[in-house]
Amino acid sequence: MSQTETDPIVREDAATQAIDQASQWRLIWWRFRHHRLAMIGAFVLSALITLAVFADFIAPVAPHDRDTSYVLGPPMVPKIHDQNGFGWPFVHGLRNERDPVTLRMITAPDPEVRRQVVLFAKSEPYKMWGVLSLERKLLGLSDGTKLHILGTDNLGRDVFTRSIFALRVSLSVGVAGVLISFVLGLLIGGLAGYLGGSTDFAIMRAIELIMSIPTLPLWMTLAAIVPKEWTAIQAYFAITILLGLLGWTGLARDVRSKIISLRDEDYVVAARLSGVSDWLIIRRHLLPATTSYVIVSLTLAFPGIILGETALSFLGFGLRPPVVSLGVLLESAQNIRTIAQSPWVMSPVIFVILIVLAFSFLGDGLRDAADPYSDKA
Amino acid sequence: MLGMIVFRTLSMFVTLAIISAIVFFLISLPPGDFAESVALSRSINGEPVTPEDIQIMRERLHLNEPLLDRYIWWIKGILTEGDFGMSFRYMTPVTDLIGERMGLTALLLVLTLFITYIIAIPVGVFSAIYQYSLPDYIVTFLGYLGLAIPNFLMALVLLYFSTVVLGIEGVGSVFSPEYQNAVWSFGKVIDLLLHLWVPAIVLGLAGTAGGIRVIRATMLDELNKLYVTAARARGVPERRVIWKYPVRIALNPVISTLGWNLRDLASGAPVVAIVLNLPDIGPLFFQALLDQDMFLAGTLVLFLTSLTVVGTFLSDLLLAWFDPRIRKGVVK
Repeated sequence: MSQTETDPIVREDAATQAIDQASQWRLIWWRFRHHRLAMIGAFVLSALITLAVFADFIAPVAPHDRDTSYVLGPPMVPKIHDQNGFGWPFVHGLRNERDPVTLRMITAPDPEVRRQVVLFAKSEPYKMWGVLSLERKLLGLSDGTKLHILGTDNLGRDVFTRSIFALRVSLSVGVAGVLISFVLGLLIGGLAGYLGGSTDFAIMRAIELIMSIPTLPLWMTLAAIVPKEWTAIQAYFAITILLGLLGWTGLARDVRSKIISLRDEDYVVAARLSGVSDWLIIRRHLLPATTSYVIVSLTLAFPGIILGETALSFLGFGLRPPVVSLGVLLESAQNIRTIAQSPWVMSPVIFVILIVLAFSFLGDGLRDAADPYSDKA
Repeated sequence: MLGMIVFRTLSMFVTLAIISAIVFFLISLPPGDFAESVALSRSINGEPVTPEDIQIMRERLHLNEPLLDRYIWWIKGILTEGDFGMSFRYMTPVTDLIGERMGLTALLLVLTLFITYIIAIPVGVFSAIYQYSLPDYIVTFLGYLGLAIPNFLMALVLLYFSTVVLGIEGVGSVFSPEYQNAVWSFGKVIDLLLHLWVPAIVLGLAGTAGGIRVIRATMLDELNKLYVTAARARGVPERRVIWKYPVRIALNPVISTLGWNLRDLASGAPVVAIVLNLPDIGPLFFQALLDQDMFLAGTLVLFLTSLTVVGTFLSDLLLAWFDPRIRKGVVK
């Protein structure tokens, strides 16, 4: 040991020295940094989390606010140029006119009126996170009318605003569901792996059994049993727990196989021979060694839970209004006529896809980075 | 080999038995019972229902007995008479409702599985051989996208494009109008297959993307191995080098995950069918859940699960047949 430390060939430069002295987490970070897709995933995810956390401030409109003069209105895309030349980003004003074909009264953009998009625009007073009183929003229009970046739904509610509030709910369902799966998976997988024998056999058969049931129909059946009298909040908790209760199997299997491979390592045997209790061995020696694998499994478990919630709510078995999740928003896009006339009500889909992609990229990158034998450093 | 088949067959039946018990437990979970539901729906329709009527119905349907007895009664009905219980909404035996629809779902699943592999295997192999080429990047990107887009949304997008952009009506229908009410014939089967490939592609999107990834990864591992270099060095034609050796090994994980893939397909199938309004078990399942018509819903879950359990069993057998190392017990 002491020989290698003084060996001039090994200790060639500061870089190798840094690698030798770096902690496990630092090594993981170095490898992770080189994974381009994973870095993009991490960036997109932080952006989405920022949107969700500061939704009150970023959303240009209040989530349940109805703009009755702009029902099913198309997205207002800020422009910098029109027939009157260039200018500060603006959207056109609105005017009422008759549809040339149906002769209905409709709201159409008025190309002569410009409404400038301004930062930190004045708004109705609101409470950020229910405590902080504010009177400004990140984006707004100069004349105080409402900015609908992604258009409005059939009740005149702003799609973008509702999407980022829904993002908050969907992410929270994901976090809570994954946490429940995490505790169950770690506990059950750890037990199976450490105790082995008939306990292991029974647990593994049970896991295979649960895994052979198609997930979504099972979720749908359980969610349909949630009483209709329950409030939206009760339903929210019920659905989150349901999603978590069925999601632990994959994690339990990962933890078990990792623990089995560690159980017979010399340092664990040494600890056992020295009379260390089972519980202490699990806590001090086995669990820390599985941490990185667990983190990877957790990251990769997110998309399943979020997609599950989206599908359930989309079908009307999941969360219920006034709680808005991405799936609840998409429920209104179920109708082909709605999609044909106002495709923008489908735009919450973009957020679903972004979340799932970001978590998958991040998970893949973490998996490569956490593997000490990968040579992608 | 024979011992393995016997053991796997037995464990398959044990699995099915336990799952049926779980499903039955689910069926009996909602508050209130079948007789009350029927009484409610009758009194809504203006028919008078007395407490005695409910009592008679309970006795006829064995609803007063303990859960275990009812389960045994239910299983006995299934095994001896193929009777899965009553649907209270339709007031007919469940079997009458789901017969033909189950066939369509099973056909759709098998067809999807088939299309999945027809696409995934060549694309995965190609993508591995031409690693880091433009097509490889495109395939990898599309693969990620395919995994990220929930298939019910894909179905919606498809509906949008076909109705709005292409102006085709009735993507969800599975027969051309002239075959709608015709008796089964060769022409009708062909017509059905010509209509089913659209939902099959929507349903198989995630599976295909996953399959491509698995095959590409295994192929990349195998292509760098010495036996490939050795075969090349001996002048074996490139096409043969690839298709005869590494591809065979790359197919292994594909076959062993066939059962899981089928499970995922069975999981997504009802939702896609609901969106596209296919006349298979999807919309029926949806309606059953809305009505808390639990015998019908439970039977459908049991049906989907049985499909995947049998599929896993078959994929294990297939793997043993396909891979001599597993058949001879060299590799587990």
